[in-house]
Amino acid sequence: MIELAALYVAPPTLTAHAPVLAIAVPLLGACAAALAPSGRASWVISVIASMVGAWMALAVAGEVMRENVIIYQLGGFAPPAGIALRIDAMGALLALLIGAVGTLGAIFSGHSLVAEVRPEKHTLFQAGFLLAQAGLVGLVYTGDAFNAFVFLEVSSIGTYALVAAGERRDRRALPAAFNYLIMGTLGATFYVIGVGFLYAATGTLNMADMAARLGTLDQSAAVQAGFAFIVAGLGLKAAMFPLHGWLPGAYAHGPSLISLFLAATATKAAIYLMARFLFEVFPDGAAFGEAFLDWVLAPLAAAAVIICSAQAVFSSELRRMIAFSSVAQVGFIFLGFSIASADGLSAALFYIVAHGLMKATMFMALGGFAISVGARRLNDFAGIAREAPWTALAFAIGAASLVGTPLTMGFLAKWQIIEAAIASGRVWMVVVMAAGSVLAVIYVGRMVEVMFFREAVPGAPRAKESPIGVLVPLLVLAGLSVWFGIDASLPQQLAQSGAAGLFTVRP
Amino acid sequence: MNWLAAHFNYVVVVILMMAGLFIVFSTGNLIKRMIGLALFQTSTGLFYISLGKVSGATSAITLDATSVDGKALAAQLDPAYVERFGVDGVVYSNPLPHVLILTAIVVGVATLAVGLAIAVRVREAYGTVEADEIEALSRVTAEQAEPAP
Repeated sequence: MIELAALYVAPPTLTAHAPVLAIAVPLLGACAAALAPSGRASWVISVIASMVGAWMALAVAGEVMRENVIIYQLGGFAPPAGIALRIDAMGALLALLIGAVGTLGAIFSGHSLVAEVRPEKHTLFQAGFLLAQAGLVGLVYTGDAFNAFVFLEVSSIGTYALVAAGERRDRRALPAAFNYLIMGTLGATFYVIGVGFLYAATGTLNMADMAARLGTLDQSAAVQAGFAFIVAGLGLKAAMFPLHGWLPGAYAHGPSLISLFLAATATKAAIYLMARFLFEVFPDGAAFGEAFLDWVLAPLAAAAVIICSAQAVFSSELRRMIAFSSVAQVGFIFLGFSIASADGLSAALFYIVAHGLMKATMFMALGGFAISVGARRLNDFAGIAREAPWTALAFAIGAASLVGTPLTMGFLAKWQIIEAAIASGRVWMVVVMAAGSVLAVIYVGRMVEVMFFREAVPGAPRAKESPIGVLVPLLVLAGLSVWFGIDASLPQQLAQSGAAGLFTVRP
Repeated sequence: MNWLAAHFNYVVVVILMMAGLFIVFSTGNLIKRMIGLALFQTSTGLFYISLGKVSGATSAITLDATSVDGKALAAQLDPAYVERFGVDGVVYSNPLPHVLILTAIVVGVATLAVGLAIAVRVREAYGTVEADEIEALSRVTAEQAEPAP
């Protein structure tokens, strides 16, 4: 058991300013990395800035467990007029995930960039990576609807460029990045239009204040239009089926660092923002909100689980397979949302962390293989477990968590969603989840079978074990999936208190 | 007709928005798609600015009752009111949407720059900026990566 509230993380003076430091340190690090004299120097800056960011996120999480909600004023004006960071357990949890994946990803980048990105671009790549981290942490911390847009775009513009940087190894990264940029910008602009409607109806941009004023406005056409625009926009960013068209390309062709970072954090942050709007900002029990959850979100999520899992089964390129699996997993998370109970939301938040960790593990393991052999198709991986046992082991742990094997985090996450679904009488959801899991067993089973039990093709390039700079973050990630599968107290307490917070503030 | 006059800004917003979206989805030319995207983003600018306008209101700069403009304004108001509140009773337009959209414009410019930069790199890598030709060339790459069994 880890009691976050009792954990001493940082001195009190630092903790008091931790919310803004968690955003500012990666942001300043990005400037420093861009000006760094060499790729190596920028890597050091990136690792240090990500680590400090993660440390501050941990300090914030402890403080949130003690205080419930932290409001950090920016610019010396009290909210709602002034802009403030407003952090509850849900935001703290997501920031921890971003910090952890960001730090491990930054360490991993030392080797992966050398293999995947042009040497002269390393400093700028690290700058973009830190920018993306700063934007995402800002997004989950902010209490202001328009600020959320700005942070969303800060991180997105960083990631568009980072996906394009994969062109050294695979020129298809460029059109994939372009497509991602078009879709991402459309999504963000839809979100801004939606916020504009809400601002017109309420005259405020502070999310808590907006929620209070929207309570009596659920018949307003402007509010309903705003709801539609916001949900569609964030759905695009979060790769909600069928708005996920940009995702497989961006994940399959970008550098492996970016695949893992996007899969673990960027889409998750958009899902977070959607949860905030669905369950906190928009009036409770409004007809349009409930209709959306029951008749749009739930069926689309179920379709994502089935269709995209099937697409993963029929893909031959490993990273594309895992990318489709990501869309399917987002479906699981949205199923949790659509239950519209504190348990369902808590399970979905827990699933977000579980999925972030397992996908980061799998993409990082593939990145490790790519450094030594450049393998991409499924058959290239035949017998690779013999040459690179540790990397293959980490991949297998990630895969086990994806399928939902007991003793992994994925099992607990699926279990919680199923429990919440049964408690609310949605038995069909259990059937969908079971079908999705069976399909996951098929595609994951194929990967693991090829890696562990197939003979290497004679004459194929021999794989090597990943370098130590890759193995350490990789095994930490895999270890986290197992540890949280046994002792889930740390993510669990944040997920539960975050979900409870969203469901009790409403009358 | 009155309705059109009252909602003229919003009609223009919708037309611009739809035109932008249509361009993004109808053409395969990457540069034209960026133009459509920029148009779409600009329409939100006009939308926000229209939201901030209050009928009959003046620009959002606080007037001093002793300045020339302030005196001119005070002459139009009830003297007792001006004595008590200065010219505070004047209705101002809401300046906040302008500030917001200034930020959104900066974001839009950054997106446009990144998008065009990627389009340049696409041109260097593929020799074309037409989506269907890129698609065809990408398929060749994919086949090299995955030779038919």
